[in-house]
Amino acid sequence: MSYLEYAVKSTPSGFRKFLYMNWPLTLLLISAASAGFLMLYSVAGGSWMPWAEPQMERFGLGLAVMFIVALVPIWFWRNMSVLAYIISILLLVYVELFGTVGMGAQRWIDLKFMRLQPSELMKVTLVMLLAAYYDWLPSHKTSKPLWVTIPVLLILIPTFMVLRQPDLGTSILLLAAGGGLMFLAGVHWAYFAAVIAAGIGLVSAVFNSRGTDWQLLKDYQFRRIDTFLDPSTDPLGAGYHITQSKIALGSGGWNGRGFMQGTQSRLNFLPEKHTDFIFTTLAEEFGFVGGITLLLLYGLILVFCMVTALSTKDRFSSLVTLGIALNFFLFFAVNMSMVMGLAPVVGVPLPMVSYGGSAMLVLMAAFGIVQSAHIHRPR
Amino acid sequence: MKPRKPKSQGLAYKRLPRRALVLGGLQAAFIGGLAARMRFMQVEQADQYRLLAEENRINIRLIPPKRGQIYDRNGQIIGQNSPSYRIVVVPEDAGDLDKVIGKLSELIPLNGDEIERARTEIRRSAPFLPVTLADQVTWEDISKVAVNAPALPGVTPEVGLTRQYPRYEDFAHVVGYVGPVSDYDLSQIEDPEPVLRIPRFQIGKVGLEAKQETSLRGKAGAKRVEVNATGRVMRELDRREGQAGSDLQLSVDADLQQYAQARLEGESAAAVVIDCETGDIRAISSAPSFDPNLFVRGISVADYRALTQDKYRPLANKTVQGTYPPGSTFKMITAMAALEAGVIGPSNTVYCPGHLKVGSRRFHCWKRGGHGTVDLQLSLKRSCDVYYYDVALRTGIDKISDMARIFGLGVKHDIPMSAVAAGLAPNQEWKQRVHGQDWLVGDTANASIGQGFMLASPLQLAVMTARIATGRAVSPRLVRSVNGIEQPSGAGEPLDVNPYNLEQVRKAMFTVSNDRRGTAYRSRIIADDFRMAGKTGTSQVRNITKAERAAGVIRNADLPWERRDHALFVSFAPYDNPKYAVAVVVEHGGGGSTAAAPVARDIMLQALYDGTPPLEAYPVADRERIKEQQKKLEGDRRPKARPDEKDRA
Repeated sequence: MSYLEYAVKSTPSGFRKFLYMNWPLTLLLISAASAGFLMLYSVAGGSWMPWAEPQMERFGLGLAVMFIVALVPIWFWRNMSVLAYIISILLLVYVELFGTVGMGAQRWIDLKFMRLQPSELMKVTLVMLLAAYYDWLPSHKTSKPLWVTIPVLLILIPTFMVLRQPDLGTSILLLAAGGGLMFLAGVHWAYFAAVIAAGIGLVSAVFNSRGTDWQLLKDYQFRRIDTFLDPSTDPLGAGYHITQSKIALGSGGWNGRGFMQGTQSRLNFLPEKHTDFIFTTLAEEFGFVGGITLLLLYGLILVFCMVTALSTKDRFSSLVTLGIALNFFLFFAVNMSMVMGLAPVVGVPLPMVSYGGSAMLVLMAAFGIVQSAHIHRPR
Repeated sequence: MKPRKPKSQGLAYKRLPRRALVLGGLQAAFIGGLAARMRFMQVEQADQYRLLAEENRINIRLIPPKRGQIYDRNGQIIGQNSPSYRIVVVPEDAGDLDKVIGKLSELIPLNGDEIERARTEIRRSAPFLPVTLADQVTWEDISKVAVNAPALPGVTPEVGLTRQYPRYEDFAHVVGYVGPVSDYDLSQIEDPEPVLRIPRFQIGKVGLEAKQETSLRGKAGAKRVEVNATGRVMRELDRREGQAGSDLQLSVDADLQQYAQARLEGESAAAVVIDCETGDIRAISSAPSFDPNLFVRGISVADYRALTQDKYRPLANKTVQGTYPPGSTFKMITAMAALEAGVIGPSNTVYCPGHLKVGSRRFHCWKRGGHGTVDLQLSLKRSCDVYYYDVALRTGIDKISDMARIFGLGVKHDIPMSAVAAGLAPNQEWKQRVHGQDWLVGDTANASIGQGFMLASPLQLAVMTARIATGRAVSPRLVRSVNGIEQPSGAGEPLDVNPYNLEQVRKAMFTVSNDRRGTAYRSRIIADDFRMAGKTGTSQVRNITKAERAAGVIRNADLPWERRDHALFVSFAPYDNPKYAVAVVVEHGGGGSTAAAPVARDIMLQALYDGTPPLEAYPVADRERIKEQQKKLEGDRRPKARPDEKDRA
């Protein structure tokens, strides 16, 4: 039986597709988003405006996008991968030239109804392209230097473009997601060992470059690293965010200060409390129990993505699902590490919970692809 | 769409689940790490972080305590807290600040400096903190602002408490005044209370207000408020009321004080009235005086300059701060020292030829021709100087100095007023120590008549007189009760002197103002129950040169004011049962009998009758003049509230 025949026969069609969706994943996403609405309601001082309501509308839109993407067969998305990647690169070029400047970086394209961050889109399209690449590449070539160089370049091009915006956080995420995908695809261990060694070399180079003409990072990026390493050196300046965030989180205790009772967020001690630091508010108001619950929710989302990835025999489906799951993991892992003082403040939102349109939409579209892989998996 | 073969074969595909599991395992481990970190922060370190969060949000705000009020002995108010109105603006509510200030200046007069200061304050402080635009605003202006409130967004009238002294000049030197805490004040205090850092908080600067600061101030209360990150108060959590300052009741009688102040007007003078039984200071006035309310508000440069450049020195408190050679009023001490030393007896006599040769120098009696044969009584009555030169030289300065100290001269009395002077009762040791010179017999002669090094304040003279009158170590008491709790009386123990000797001195003092030939006979009291004993004094502020003496001593009236003699008078009455002791010093007033004694007599009568005395108490010849004077002083007494003050209330 040819693949097409096999696939067409074994995949559901029409409205039956809904029945074959990865419903646990859908429900988990809705739960995580709902936790977000609740927190946005809370940080607005018990009001649906200005954050919770727009966020719900966007999530509705995101769900619709997810369903639409899910209903389209996965092989269509595989075939679209190259195009999607090229479009993302072009958008990155566009923001480089015409983008809206915000928060000291050039990141957005203003689409009137929302602001699109091409770097967000890039995270997904990079994963798609790499998955498609390894789907296409005969497996015995996977670890050949030439065939390793190509995906490395595919990763590095957008990484450097994002770094130029400058957005250190996203570029690191791109690098990590791309590298992770190559690892999943079965590239030889030795390459990773080499890259890690080179990475350590680069980090020391970066630190040594400080204050010289060839300084590799912006001053504010160095300062963020400084305050990360020792927030107490500047408790009212740059270290303020980390210090206040840790206070909020720690003061939550076992079961929290109670819904809308978090003093740190309610009294504005917490910076960016509706976006990057929303987890702190949650941890402050619902305590360890609340924080662990959200972490568990995220863990389950990863588990169900893994289920999809391992239950399909299609290589693209597996890779793209695992890549998206990895992206999702990196999102919340970096964000949580940051608010807990384990990582420097890099400006990565908490997926599904932080207020913000384009990240949410892109993420929902990505989960649409996961759903599509699940529905259209060859059985 | 191109069909394709599922790539289900090969090593790479087999590797996928394995690598997926490795990556999944790494992710799980990281999630576990996050959970552990969260547990560490939220469970193990929760208390520590909770404390930090509380420190963030909770602010302690002080509630300034109500300052204790000051009353006179009869409960008349002397220092009170009265409402003061000010106009404040909250910048964030005002919107266009310039427009609002412009509108406000059309309604009420605004001080340009104050507006400038307000603008600087607005630039520096948070926009929700009120800033004062005008202080000490009249009620009328407040009403104008209140009526126009809709046109003045963010502008509100505010009421606060400020110190007010309804007795104006009368108590300026006693009570002093308060003022806002200055940086200098803070630097003077070790570990200042936080309440002192409240803007515009008033503390005592001078006088009783400063000396009794701790009991008048009270204890600040505190409220705990929740603030947000920018410091805005969100709500009050709880409050602990402070403790109002203690009310002080003075021993001073405000009416008598007012009389004394009015009686001294026009002179640079001081008068002290002491209750002989308790040491209570019934009146303690220094003239000229000033309005302490000016200082509370912040005195203008012009007003201040006028006060400092006045040659009568209105700012100096002459009652305790000013020291004068006591002159002949010191003779009682010399007499007591001689009597106690057994050098003379009351009836022993000294011949006064008008001068006494001490060493190579001639010491003159004030009476050129001399007094002839003089005993104790006559020596005081006629104020013979030679008698005292003689007995003093026989007694020795150290004994005189000790006697002065027994009667409270040269001793700093413990009274809560500013710059209380110790005066000076010199002895040999003192001169050696301070001047590095030997004590000379001439110094003794000078000291014997209260000249030379000898210095005493009017308060000390009053205390001395009270001690002579009672034979007890009367000590002055200014504060009668604190919060209704009576303070220890100043009645004192019997003095360590022979009561008989003291009796002789008193008798002699009686003749001063009751014997026809006494120096203060003209200022006697003729009411039988209230006979007064006293002693005049005229202390030189210049040396009379030989040439001057030869040319005939120049009359005081012909000298410039600064070089005229000080006039002094000390007295007590009634003679047989002393009630009050009065000391009066008129700076550069001329003779004690003419410049000081009448003043002391009038104040004494006012005290004895507790109000305007009947004319029958005065010598017949004086009654017409006294009647005029009483009428004038009645008229002089100021109304309780001045017209310009009334519209502030």
